[in-house]
Amino acid sequence: MTDPSTGSPITALTMPKWGLVMSEGKIVAWKKREGESVAAGEEILEIETTKITNVVETPQSGTLRRIVAPEGATLPVGALLAVIAQRSASDPEIDAFVAGFKAPEVAEEGAAAAEAGPRAIEAGGRRLSYFELGQGAGTPLLFLHGFGADLNSWMFLQPALAEGRRAIALDLPGHGGSSKEVGAGDAASLAEAAEGALEALGIESVHLVGHSLGGAVAVLVARRRPDKVRSLNLIASAGLGPEINAAFIDGFIRASRRREAQEALSLLVHDPALLSRRMVEDVLRYKRLDGVSAALEKIAAEWFPNGVQRVGIAEVAANLPMPVQIIWGREDRIIPVSHAERLASRLPVHILEGVGHLPHMEKAQEVAALLKAFIAA
Amino acid sequence: MSKKSFRAAVNEALAQEMRRDPTVIVMGEDNAGGMGAPGADDAWGGVLGVTKGLMPEFGRERVLDTPISESAFIGAAVGAAACGLRPVAELMFVDFLGVCFDQIFNQAAKFRYMFGGKATTPVVIRTMYGAGLRAASQHSQCLYPIFTHIPGLKVVIPSSPYEAKGLLIEAIRDDDPVIFFEHKLLYDEEEEVPDEPYRIPFGEANVTREGGDVTIVALGRMVKLAGEVADKLLKEGIAATVIDPRTTSPLDTASILDSVRETGRLVVVDEASPRCNLATDIAAFATENAFGALKAPIRMVSPPHTPVPFAPELEDLYMPGAKEIEAAVRAVADYAH
Repeated sequence: MTDPSTGSPITALTMPKWGLVMSEGKIVAWKKREGESVAAGEEILEIETTKITNVVETPQSGTLRRIVAPEGATLPVGALLAVIAQRSASDPEIDAFVAGFKAPEVAEEGAAAAEAGPRAIEAGGRRLSYFELGQGAGTPLLFLHGFGADLNSWMFLQPALAEGRRAIALDLPGHGGSSKEVGAGDAASLAEAAEGALEALGIESVHLVGHSLGGAVAVLVARRRPDKVRSLNLIASAGLGPEINAAFIDGFIRASRRREAQEALSLLVHDPALLSRRMVEDVLRYKRLDGVSAALEKIAAEWFPNGVQRVGIAEVAANLPMPVQIIWGREDRIIPVSHAERLASRLPVHILEGVGHLPHMEKAQEVAALLKAFIAA
Repeated sequence: MSKKSFRAAVNEALAQEMRRDPTVIVMGEDNAGGMGAPGADDAWGGVLGVTKGLMPEFGRERVLDTPISESAFIGAAVGAAACGLRPVAELMFVDFLGVCFDQIFNQAAKFRYMFGGKATTPVVIRTMYGAGLRAASQHSQCLYPIFTHIPGLKVVIPSSPYEAKGLLIEAIRDDDPVIFFEHKLLYDEEEEVPDEPYRIPFGEANVTREGGDVTIVALGRMVKLAGEVADKLLKEGIAATVIDPRTTSPLDTASILDSVRETGRLVVVDEASPRCNLATDIAAFATENAFGALKAPIRMVSPPHTPVPFAPELEDLYMPGAKEIEAAVRAVADYAH
């Protein structure tokens, strides 16, 4: 909609939909006040989701003319949160815009896929669960999550990276909706599983994005199939140095109570206040499933015996034939940022300030922009 | 993961445990149905269809129809448990447990203790409870306080389909006698329930809402009502924590105390008769251990001390509901010295 007097746009800021299960969001805090100027891309408010509190960026430069949704309010996806327009737009015009606003029916692109939820493939005799968004001629992209996580890790990034391409988030063996039977559970077996997934999904050429343990898996897949892998983005990746926070690994495996889970999870992020109740609850629910403890213990024993990373593939990563980019949080308490710094002379490395081990959640917009630019280039 | 009813969640837990462990058997009145009568087997699957489908899969060897003699088949289940099976006995209505108190109180509950830990009694007794089905005084009681009272028994009161499946699997794998309470009005409730087996540990409360103003402890069917009240009052600025203890024995007193120390205000919602129920027990415990933190008298939301009436109007009046919970929460939130 445009402001009839100036021809400049009046823009609705609406509740975003992040990830599979988000149907509503809670306004945590506005970072701008009514009447303040805002620039496109600037952080304008914080919304609590099923995982973590996330920042919404300003869609359009202008003035924050009206805040419709107060702090603390919980509103459905698509609901009007605020109005951005030029100063010249009159108050009655803003009023009319608010009054006439209709939340779009949830029929936008990807909604149907999101409704369908995760699906499953058979790879290597094992059931693997995945969630797919997007379509188009672009090279497909595969997300590989970290230890103890699942495909929902990518809830903020996946929609952004699904423009013009298939963007697929996989549950590694032992995780999410995939089989809890992990075989050897070692690096080779997880890489084989990821490769099997590419095969089963009919993907010939792929951009890989891996976080933590999933980063190391991505490097191994790229080494095995340089013909298939077009680029690699490694976020706080395992395999690039020996250190890892053993207290986190042990604590995560042991946690059966809310407090224990919360304690372990709080190590993941720079600001634990951002973690939602639901994220803690989802981890507990996952850990209660038969076979999960055994799967996690096996993987941890193979990957991180005695609190040290066994998989050392920094040299492999630095010498891969395809472009490789590294993204890390300065305040990572699981895998130290020094692992990224050591590679800075050989690979493009982005270190995000005030971010812990989950840059793809803590600074989702920034990471999405880095991935998009890297993949486009 | 898919949406499942409470009934389907219980059924799935039984089927998955029977597949996993051949010592798990199911027994009770009409658990299969049609015993000795012409026509199709598996006609009933219990009075509300909860065990439907088990007999065709596992056979009459493992899905036993019993006579209408609760004292006999509960005794048989306890004996079978002592001898190495894991029986899940269904006692249609908890109201009928009165005729098998000796088997439960003096036998099942005492074996492990009296044999110095050398005997285990891994029996589960599933039973329906609660008002609201127009089933009158003898089929509507909430007798879990009586079982909570007996050391040696574990008492489970699931509040939703997700809770029911995980808690029943835990109950079946537990080596002690467990009384498992299923509210009649919950059977058709639906929610997302994982397809895979999972266990929810006993003695660990589920905090379904977090708020700093009032603590609401609610049991079984009351948990959802308390949550709805909490959501409503949050919009008015009253933030409530809602605690579902899940099991009354063991009881997660730590979670309750932690919350009461933070909020200073406690409402306990219990559908059981008001004398010596869980509300009085939890209120006494909170008073004894967190007296200094209390900012208002504890309120208990329970039915009146009468049998459950048969007349629908009276039964509706008898059952505690959202209105009573809301009034109690408001009373403690607004309380001033």
